[in-house]
Amino acid sequence: MSTPASPARPRRQTLLHHRGLGPWTWAVLALLAALPPLLQVMGLEFYTVVATRVLIFAIAASSLNLILGFGGLVSFGHAAFVGLGAYTVGVLMEAGVASAWIAWPAAMLVSGLAAAVIGAISLRTRGVYFIMITLAFAQMFHYLAVSLKAYGGDDGLPLAARSSLTALPVNLADDASFYWVALGLFALVFAGLQRLVNSPLGWLLQAARENETRVTATGGRVFAVQWSAFIIAGALAGLAGALLANLNGMVSPHLMHWSQSGQLMVMVILGGAGAVWGGPLGALVFLLLEELLSGVTIHWQFALGAILLAVVLFAPRGLAGLFRPRGDAHA
Amino acid sequence: MKKSPKSLAFLLAIAAACAVLPSAAMAADKLKVGMLSTLSGAGAGLGVDIRDGFALAVQQGGGKLGGLPVEIVIADDQQNPEVAKQSAERLIKRDKVDVMTGIVFSNVMLAVGPGVFAAQVPYVSANAGPSQYAGEQCNPYFFNVAWQNDNLHEAIGKTVTDKGFKKVVVLAPNYPAGKDAVAGFKRYYKGTVADEIYTKLGQLDYAAELAQARAAKPDAMYIFLPGGMGINFIKQFVGAGLSKDVTLFGPGFSADEDVIKAVGEPMLGMFNSSHWAHDLDNPVNKRFVADFVKAYGRLPSLYASQGYDAALLIGAAVRDVKGKVEDRPAMLKALKAAKFESVRGAFRFNHNQYPVQDYYLRVITKDPQGRVTNRTLGRIFEQHADAYAPLCKMK
Amino acid sequence: MDLILVAEQALNGLQFGLMLFLLAAGLTLVFGIMDLINLAHGSLYMVGAYLTAAALAAGAPFLAAVLAAIAGTALLGMALEVALLRRLYQRDHLSQVLATFALILMLNEGVRMIWGEQPLMLNTPAALSGPVELLPGLSYPAYRLLIIGVGLAVAVALYLLVTRTRWGMWVRAGASNRAMTSAMGVPADRLFTAVFGIGAALCALAGSLLGPLLAVQVGMGESILILAFVVIVIGGIGSIRGALVGALLVGLVDTGSRTLLPAALRQVASPELASSVGPAVASILIYVLMAAVLFWKPRGLFPARG
Repeated sequence: MSTPASPARPRRQTLLHHRGLGPWTWAVLALLAALPPLLQVMGLEFYTVVATRVLIFAIAASSLNLILGFGGLVSFGHAAFVGLGAYTVGVLMEAGVASAWIAWPAAMLVSGLAAAVIGAISLRTRGVYFIMITLAFAQMFHYLAVSLKAYGGDDGLPLAARSSLTALPVNLADDASFYWVALGLFALVFAGLQRLVNSPLGWLLQAARENETRVTATGGRVFAVQWSAFIIAGALAGLAGALLANLNGMVSPHLMHWSQSGQLMVMVILGGAGAVWGGPLGALVFLLLEELLSGVTIHWQFALGAILLAVVLFAPRGLAGLFRPRGDAHA
Repeated sequence: MKKSPKSLAFLLAIAAACAVLPSAAMAADKLKVGMLSTLSGAGAGLGVDIRDGFALAVQQGGGKLGGLPVEIVIADDQQNPEVAKQSAERLIKRDKVDVMTGIVFSNVMLAVGPGVFAAQVPYVSANAGPSQYAGEQCNPYFFNVAWQNDNLHEAIGKTVTDKGFKKVVVLAPNYPAGKDAVAGFKRYYKGTVADEIYTKLGQLDYAAELAQARAAKPDAMYIFLPGGMGINFIKQFVGAGLSKDVTLFGPGFSADEDVIKAVGEPMLGMFNSSHWAHDLDNPVNKRFVADFVKAYGRLPSLYASQGYDAALLIGAAVRDVKGKVEDRPAMLKALKAAKFESVRGAFRFNHNQYPVQDYYLRVITKDPQGRVTNRTLGRIFEQHADAYAPLCKMK
Repeated sequence: MDLILVAEQALNGLQFGLMLFLLAAGLTLVFGIMDLINLAHGSLYMVGAYLTAAALAAGAPFLAAVLAAIAGTALLGMALEVALLRRLYQRDHLSQVLATFALILMLNEGVRMIWGEQPLMLNTPAALSGPVELLPGLSYPAYRLLIIGVGLAVAVALYLLVTRTRWGMWVRAGASNRAMTSAMGVPADRLFTAVFGIGAALCALAGSLLGPLLAVQVGMGESILILAFVVIVIGGIGSIRGALVGALLVGLVDTGSRTLLPAALRQVASPELASSVGPAVASILIYVLMAAVLFWKPRGLFPARG
């Protein structure tokens, strides 16, 4: 059944095949890595921080895309995992542990565990009930953080310094170095996710999104697949949270507010839920829009709303959907 | 496998868009002020007042402060610490502001502070007065021209004691500022606290708490409920009929023009403490109130007065360093000296760069024109400093 | 425990629950019939409150202001439905979330552009602004009694509308099985516009009635929207009866937790612990309630769809 591979005709795209960058990967990475010195030459060093922020939210949005886009599980509480990761780093730093080698994996572990517990309870429900129960858990964490005076409560918890990457000649206090570390982590996460959605686990996840009954009938264990994806998504969100805590130099309960979960969802939907580029694209466009519009008018929220509305009406599969060939579309 | 040319074009478009983003402008012959405040969402009224008060001072100076033309770069923090931090960095690194001001809320201030201090940019706070910056974490780059959060609560604590109320119910939201408010009140209140009620941050309906308060049979009630929470509570307090038997006390910012405009007559008779009132009798204040009403069509709130004073303070410092705002040590010294006439009369800083000032008791009544507004009754504290100053190691 | 206090708190729980019911009823109908997640529901509530405040400021008597607000918001709702939301029925929930989220941004900013940043004044009519003595020793705010009355009246009216009229039959059929209803010749378009209009009218009624108790400011819809969603999830999507039961449950649990819980904690633990743990637990108790209900009945208490 195989067609001879010819350079003129690309290999046939199937519904479940999600392309990465292929041979262009290293070129694009090199280009992105060259951004900080490029910005410095233009006198725009400030934007290195903006770019780092985009990368961190790209990780968070991609993690949400795994369960929301690929799994069809609309989680309205994803910001809780980001927040938990951030607070882990903050609390450890407060206790004297500044090493990234300990703190960041710890953040992923804490968020992953939380995701395991929340997932075990929430995955019994479907549809809007799932949305609400994930929201409920996120709210619980938010209010808990607000009332914990030991860790600053609503005032937040400042970080004494950025995490230290001992044994590597990298100082995270330097904006450019932090950018490169974030870029490296993003590349790893993206590559991993791309492998994941193109693997049997990914196929089962997407199949379950389309038709759960059929998957169960053919012997697939839907709950196990969804639960695994949920845990992975939670852990990756925790990593994003750890990076965010470092970027902001502080953690606050606002990270876990439901509006932050909503913002992550908007990024994923905007970028294209279920497309492997959906997370990064959505994060990039949303954050850039916010940055550009807020400098233009005080009523930028109106403009942002109008643009988002236009995207929903005219780009039904999100921005990434504009780039995918029509034959890729699913009902 | 051929890569889609569309994606590449997209990436190039993004790169091009970045290239046309505004770059920093270099200007040494004017004063660049970074006004980062809450200009959207529920707390926007407060930020807009600070911005308007500040702008009025600049307008009165003919577009200048201390002899230098002023450029105010305005940014919105959306009452979000993360957004605020990002905006502050943009103001400092891209717009290269000489001085910053404007933040309303303490939690936003605590997020923004470290970055601003590390960049050695003076911060003149027109509202946020966290206890951390008054005490252990006091910083030479932080000036507060308004008050320290606890002061207004302490003033009311003393008033309630002086007026002879013996049984008070205290109500505040369950977050650090709320707990600090209650602590500040209890520092000066010597009677019995019949009940301490903590509510949820952002809570809408207080019927249950009001019933609980009524059951404790107090003769006075002290609340700390900033913003919309205060509006909700006061309306419901009066509706429950509690205002007949229980006297309501609050800090000035729960009873100022913004709340009065939203509640109106039900608020009559509420006592509150403040460091400023629009009927204070000094020439600077009279001019400020008259010009504000003419420019904006409303009576100024205490936030507006603080924005105005921040501008006056910065102007005086610029005048004292003869326009050389890049000389940071000289700017800091001039700011600390605070040689200006404030809308509160004479003004001076404590060694922790928070004000030492008088606090007044106000009551909400109808003025001769029939408007519902505050009337100053008398002084509660004279030259009162904040409780955290001893913890500050600055000279 | 003081019996008067218990009675008063029970009334408070009832009143809070009925307040939520006004919002939840419209939301559950729209969700149940059109399968539309409408995040902008809270924004319509805000528009209702603002229109009431504006009408009062223009000098209208309270009742006229409320009716004007209801009419205005219903018109706005129907216009939105015809112009925009109609295209979203066939789309997946995610697109609906994004579109209605965009609507929230635009409506919030739009209201702000018209009426400014400061909260507006909206007070109870003078006749109702004091307490009423229900029993010796138990006085209750007259205005809240009005809300209880209106809430119960609306519940009865909706019940009659949905169970005793043809239109109501269509609504129930649509909530149960939309495709079949359409196939049976029910005019879907007009039905949906009408349902949305009624939902918007209920929002406006909630906004005008609650405006005198709560601050009328930009963003006032979001905080109450979350509670409304909790209510309809507990009650079951598409069911008015579920919305009523869910709302009363939420109202009573929330009121009870805010008062009984700290009091109970103070008996067993130190006042310091009680004052910090009590409110924290109270704020999350509604969500615990929802999680518990969903655990036993994953589709809510009275799901409309079989």
